[in-house]
Amino acid sequence: MALVLTDDQTMVRDSADGFFAAEAPVAELRRLRDANGGAGDATGFDRGLWAKMAEMGFAGVLVPEAHGGAGFGYVAAGLVQEAIGRNLSLSPLLSTAILAATALVRGGSPEQQARYLPQIASGERLFALAADEAARHDPHHVTTRAETSGNGFKLNGTKAFVLDGHVADTLIVAARTGGADDEAAGITLFLVDAKAPGVAVARRSMVDSRNAARVTLTDVQVDGADVLGAAGDGAAILDRVLDAGRACLAAEMLGVAGESFTRTVDYLKQREQFGVKIGTFQALQHRAAHLFCEVELARSATLRALVALDADEDRVPMFASLAKAKAGEVAKLSTDEGVQMHGGIGMTDDFDIGFFMKRARAARETFGDLAFHGDRLAMLMGY
Amino acid sequence: MADLETFRIETRAWLAANCPPEMRQSIAKDGDVVWGGRHADLTPPQRAWLDAMGAKGWTVPEWPKEYGGGGLSKDEAKVLVQEMRAIRARSPLASFGIWMLGPALLKYGNEEQKKEHLPKIARGEIRWCQGYSEPGAGSDLASLRTSAVVDGDDYIVNGQKVWTSYADKADWIFCLVRTDMAAPKHLGISFLLFDMASPGVSTSPIKLISGYSPFCQTFFDDVRVPRANLMGTAGKGWDIAKYLLTHEREMIGDLDDGRRSLSQIAVKALGEAGVAPLRSDIVRHEINALAFGLTMERVKDETKAGQGTGALSSMLKYYGTELNKQRQELLMSVGGSDSLAWSGTGEVDTSRHWLRSRANSIEGGTSEVQLNIIAKRVLQLPGA
Repeated sequence: MALVLTDDQTMVRDSADGFFAAEAPVAELRRLRDANGGAGDATGFDRGLWAKMAEMGFAGVLVPEAHGGAGFGYVAAGLVQEAIGRNLSLSPLLSTAILAATALVRGGSPEQQARYLPQIASGERLFALAADEAARHDPHHVTTRAETSGNGFKLNGTKAFVLDGHVADTLIVAARTGGADDEAAGITLFLVDAKAPGVAVARRSMVDSRNAARVTLTDVQVDGADVLGAAGDGAAILDRVLDAGRACLAAEMLGVAGESFTRTVDYLKQREQFGVKIGTFQALQHRAAHLFCEVELARSATLRALVALDADEDRVPMFASLAKAKAGEVAKLSTDEGVQMHGGIGMTDDFDIGFFMKRARAARETFGDLAFHGDRLAMLMGY
Repeated sequence: MADLETFRIETRAWLAANCPPEMRQSIAKDGDVVWGGRHADLTPPQRAWLDAMGAKGWTVPEWPKEYGGGGLSKDEAKVLVQEMRAIRARSPLASFGIWMLGPALLKYGNEEQKKEHLPKIARGEIRWCQGYSEPGAGSDLASLRTSAVVDGDDYIVNGQKVWTSYADKADWIFCLVRTDMAAPKHLGISFLLFDMASPGVSTSPIKLISGYSPFCQTFFDDVRVPRANLMGTAGKGWDIAKYLLTHEREMIGDLDDGRRSLSQIAVKALGEAGVAPLRSDIVRHEINALAFGLTMERVKDETKAGQGTGALSSMLKYYGTELNKQRQELLMSVGGSDSLAWSGTGEVDTSRHWLRSRANSIEGGTSEVQLNIIAKRVLQLPGA
């Protein structure tokens, strides 16, 4: 498949660009962050925006048409995420429309799909993935236990870094029904009602004004019908869910990197020192030109990962890790250069460029950083 | 699509019948690369393979048939490449005529020039060299001083070129000369084609840090060149020079084609003694190399779909050459003391390729010049 957008995908890109620039620009992030006298908005995003995103088909971007979604696919989901990255828009798209939709499409029973997928597309139910337990991403390290109890399971354990956990209606929990603590085999995914007895959710606001909860499960009773996929075989679904998240995060970071770059190049053309525009200095020109190349490389790697997901290729893990690693490094470079080239004003809270650096840092950390994905790539390539 | 599938089947059968077994082995030494030309010393399989491909026009698959090309569509040419790769067929001909002059001739040459030169390039009969750089005109190429003065039906050429790749082995030269000394520097330049056997042309190889001498100094002492050999318009040679440079940059940037990835080498080398920082350096390089390869692919796909982005040749040249330098550096590290070998028994190429690669970011416009071009043409920064 060629690495170019189809006409339909170009339409999704254009409508997403227009939508997020108008409905959820960076000023909206600032407003939500500063709400409640600086404590931040209770929800962390605007539910009105999420409803509009559902109307636009963004919430159902991965939900098949048979279940009320738009069924546009991963390349389109990536384009929506890129627009979100450019505008730093706050929404539950990643947790619900990408991670949960992928989990249900890949591993859900017909009953689960019929029940939940239309609710994702309509925006009425929010999900959160409760997988990581330690501070550094390590998806197969699962100590949360699921022991058989009655006609179902009883869950015990603690999950760190549950994105959007504080607003989720349903948690997708990775728990161990067998195997050793770091083994892929024996991991099982469960759909858990966030209001169920024994579920404690502690919201934590992060540097990028997004939320990741700590979720503690104490004797949480789950019905056998709420196992997602086959018991003990959850790792394969989880890996694909994470790879979808990684590719879409790469797309978001591409948007962050691209917008930070555009704003910085514009600044080089305006700001004057020593009586000239600072963009006339070759020391800055060469760094900007290098950054241009890096953004192009990140774009190629990201698109390839999304194409691989749409075609369900064997090399999804390799391309997802490549995209996440490369886009993360480029987002770091672009936002570091963005702050540096803006000089003092770039360090001020009143100015927006710092928001891009904060989001880049959090997105790089989410679902594996360069060290994680570099290690995974080396192993996939045989060394 | 059915037509393309028929083409694939026919191509596969033709290659099976016409590609000699010796031409299906990977290139091991410099002598395995066929450059063609009047003085080419080819083995019988090399000759047979070049003649067969030349007769089909498949040395230049997308050039028009009337000029010795294959007249293939982009899709057909892609099929040909795929089928050649499938049997590990070598490229029949390496040629500056194909990579650089040909595209410029097709765009700027007159009918007589196209008919005269393109078929000979396609068949590997004439080997070309590029007369661009001069001792005083490197990154500032447009300041070149080699002069061409009209004398009746001829130009009289005087001056000196440097870094002329394989000038000592070439039959003809495409050469930038100054035809108007009074004009501003970019406007007095013309593009001349002439025979290296002309009286007054001499060459002298330059020994490099790698120990090899791929480049020459080239001297012109009252060389007579027919005015009919002027390509394009007098004084407009800089436009042709720039157009041709974009092809040269793509060629230099595309160094990784068909090579073993560093990962494959790392599998072997690190299996025995894994060193964590080296493994980490290799994988970081591979991340960039893979992303760069995908960018080449995307640029080609976008060009095909009519979505070109412009000034990309500078990006590909800059990034591709810097990556190759890094790759050669890592190959030296992976090889350890073995990679230091310079002569004697065993592998001696690693050190020489490492040294040769240092030129990648200098030749065809330095990395700094490429960054200048991106800053000016793509980012439109002031004063760039």
